[in-house]
Amino acid sequence: MAYLDHAATTPMLPEAVEALTAQVGVTGNASSLHASGRRARRTVEEARETLAEALGARPSEVVLTSGGTEADNLAVKGLYWSRRDADPARTRVLASPVEHHAVLDAVDWLGEHEGATVEYLPVDAYGRVHPEALREAIARDPGDVALATVMWANNEIGTLMPVRELAEVAAEFGVPLHADAVQAVGQVPVDFATSGLAAMTVSGHKIGGPYGIGALLLGRAHAPVPVLHGGGQERHVRSGTLDVPAVASFAVAARLATERRAWFAREIGALRDELAEAVRTAVPDAILGGDPAPEGRLPANAHFTFPGCEGDSLLLLLDAQGIECSTGSACTAGVAQPSHVLLATGTDPALARGTLRFSLGHTSTAADVEAVAKAIGPAVERARAAGLT
Amino acid sequence: MTDIPQRTRPLRVLAAMSGGVDSAVAAARAAEAGHDVTGVHLALSANPQSFRTGARGCCTIEDSRDARRAADVIGIPFYVWDLADRFREDVVEDFVAEYEAGRTPNPCLRCNEKIKFAALLDKALALGFDAVCTGHYAKVLVRPDGTRELHRASDLAKDQSYVLGVLDDRQLAHALFPLGDTLTTKDEIRAEAERRGLAVAKKPDSHDICFIADGDTQGFLADRLGKAEGAIVDESGARVGTHEGAYGFTIGQRKGLRIGTPAPDGKPRYVLDISPVTNTVTVGPAASLDVGGLRAVRPRWCGTAPSGPGTYTAQLRAHGGESEVRAELVDGTLEVTFAEPVRGVAPGQAIVLYDGTRVVGSATIASTVRATAGVS
Repeated sequence: MAYLDHAATTPMLPEAVEALTAQVGVTGNASSLHASGRRARRTVEEARETLAEALGARPSEVVLTSGGTEADNLAVKGLYWSRRDADPARTRVLASPVEHHAVLDAVDWLGEHEGATVEYLPVDAYGRVHPEALREAIARDPGDVALATVMWANNEIGTLMPVRELAEVAAEFGVPLHADAVQAVGQVPVDFATSGLAAMTVSGHKIGGPYGIGALLLGRAHAPVPVLHGGGQERHVRSGTLDVPAVASFAVAARLATERRAWFAREIGALRDELAEAVRTAVPDAILGGDPAPEGRLPANAHFTFPGCEGDSLLLLLDAQGIECSTGSACTAGVAQPSHVLLATGTDPALARGTLRFSLGHTSTAADVEAVAKAIGPAVERARAAGLT
Repeated sequence: MTDIPQRTRPLRVLAAMSGGVDSAVAAARAAEAGHDVTGVHLALSANPQSFRTGARGCCTIEDSRDARRAADVIGIPFYVWDLADRFREDVVEDFVAEYEAGRTPNPCLRCNEKIKFAALLDKALALGFDAVCTGHYAKVLVRPDGTRELHRASDLAKDQSYVLGVLDDRQLAHALFPLGDTLTTKDEIRAEAERRGLAVAKKPDSHDICFIADGDTQGFLADRLGKAEGAIVDESGARVGTHEGAYGFTIGQRKGLRIGTPAPDGKPRYVLDISPVTNTVTVGPAASLDVGGLRAVRPRWCGTAPSGPGTYTAQLRAHGGESEVRAELVDGTLEVTFAEPVRGVAPGQAIVLYDGTRVVGSATIASTVRATAGVS
């Protein structure tokens, strides 16, 4: 079995499993005042401190959520509402067109239901937003911008965004910038304090932690309107009893992901290079998606377009040989749609149907790469024979 | 005569899974027989609805999820393939065009011919599969020379060989119908699904045309073809009523004619003829529906085409009875004479010829010959 879909989810680290299981049987609501509550709260707050340290933030900037999707929704909708409340003129939302659907659909929802004017920022052929593009968009009318959102690293094609430069531009105009950093943590240096971001999304299960836990790192100057109302557990912007075992485990995973980041980038990056080379050798006309420069992309991402193939056919053929990867794009009713990311980079829609995303992770081995090297050529040949239906 | 190939060697099988109980049990049986089975749900609508309305069985997201759930329980990979464009071109547009031309199409048959055992089969073969498996009730037998025969299902009450009669030898060579060779009632299939842990065990059967969500075929056609008022006339040509589009009728139809004045003899009147050119519908007594023969086009044979005239039994519509016929291929057209007059034969439907339980071939009915006289 060659698991090459770590961008979808990556195996939990043994240390994170240990942290989780150590807490699962322990009683305690972190909001309770008695001894059990105090014990739970201590676990949560220590985890929060660990998370903050790993991500270059203050503990008070860590707003725990149920995962990346919730954090994205809280940032996008919450900041839109609070900024508009402060000044009704602020209804313009600037977003990159290559965002994850958790951001994209939240932004579109604001456009459809909350009177937002949604403006997608231009991207280059690698799917990258340039600071000048953001400047141009904001400068057209700085007074009406509610927020901007540009992901740290693209989940499909692996392109890194110039987050700090973008944040500097946004800060010049006093516009809060949010970045979905779900794919970036553990692969490239992610430091909230020096990023200049107003808000940043992170997720547990993408970095070796458990499912169902994530966080929005939120600068202290920002008070988004809650999406979930209730007990106000997290800085009054997020309610819900905290999942103590998941929080503890998430923190361990975040600490280890940060500690091992340089190793990961070097070793897994080298494996990724081998995989990309093997694919290009077997299929010379395969097109690498995203920025070809190693410093411009996630070290664990290898995204390819195979002309004349349907990505689904390739997936089926590789799956039958125990190779697990993804087309990278979302499904509608189970039917693969041409990726909005590729379409935004100007890729022809027919071409955009033939994509595969190989994403490596901490358990990847040379044997995984060899399996792909052996299987990809015949699979592409066969998928081409099956054609585009 | 040997048995179907599933007993002899493991095949790479692509199981078409609609989300219904039959195709789920068929896939489970194929997997249990030792085949390497992959499930696939065909997305046939560009804008699928989220949930089923009524007893439908193939075009909603809920059906897709039911199919995936069944595949997970069986333990086979599962994919959704988007064949909506092909389905629209080859089945839906054909359905509309046939009605517009005054004929009565069978879209299920067309789907088997053009989608399941053409577009799907071709893609499956290209991807390295040996066969396509469906939940149809029919039997494929292998002759000693390796060619295939299509037979009625062991359970004649559920036999679906009529809608598969259009398949040729090559298509049959790659078809697997695991439900066709056992005598099982629908209740037993449901019990088997239950025993296998398939949640679709209790799902209602689908009856309607899958791409007409609310079952309102007339409304669907009116949306597509618009309303065109025209005359309903009797056999003498006298106007007896008005319709909103000749395409909305089927030969032999009795209900929904909305004719104000009763027939002189007081007996019910039936649609005898539909003329799209003049937008006229002719009605008359039941006796005038009697057909003595027919001509059918686009013949397809399971095996070699018969030379010279032959005697067969014929089925003229899904779930229809059998009629004794004499048939001969003349210049590519099948000319059929009935031993006894047959009532209500609709051009556009298929005639499937049988020799005992064996399907000999099929063709599309183009015109009928009145039992009394004249071609209608």
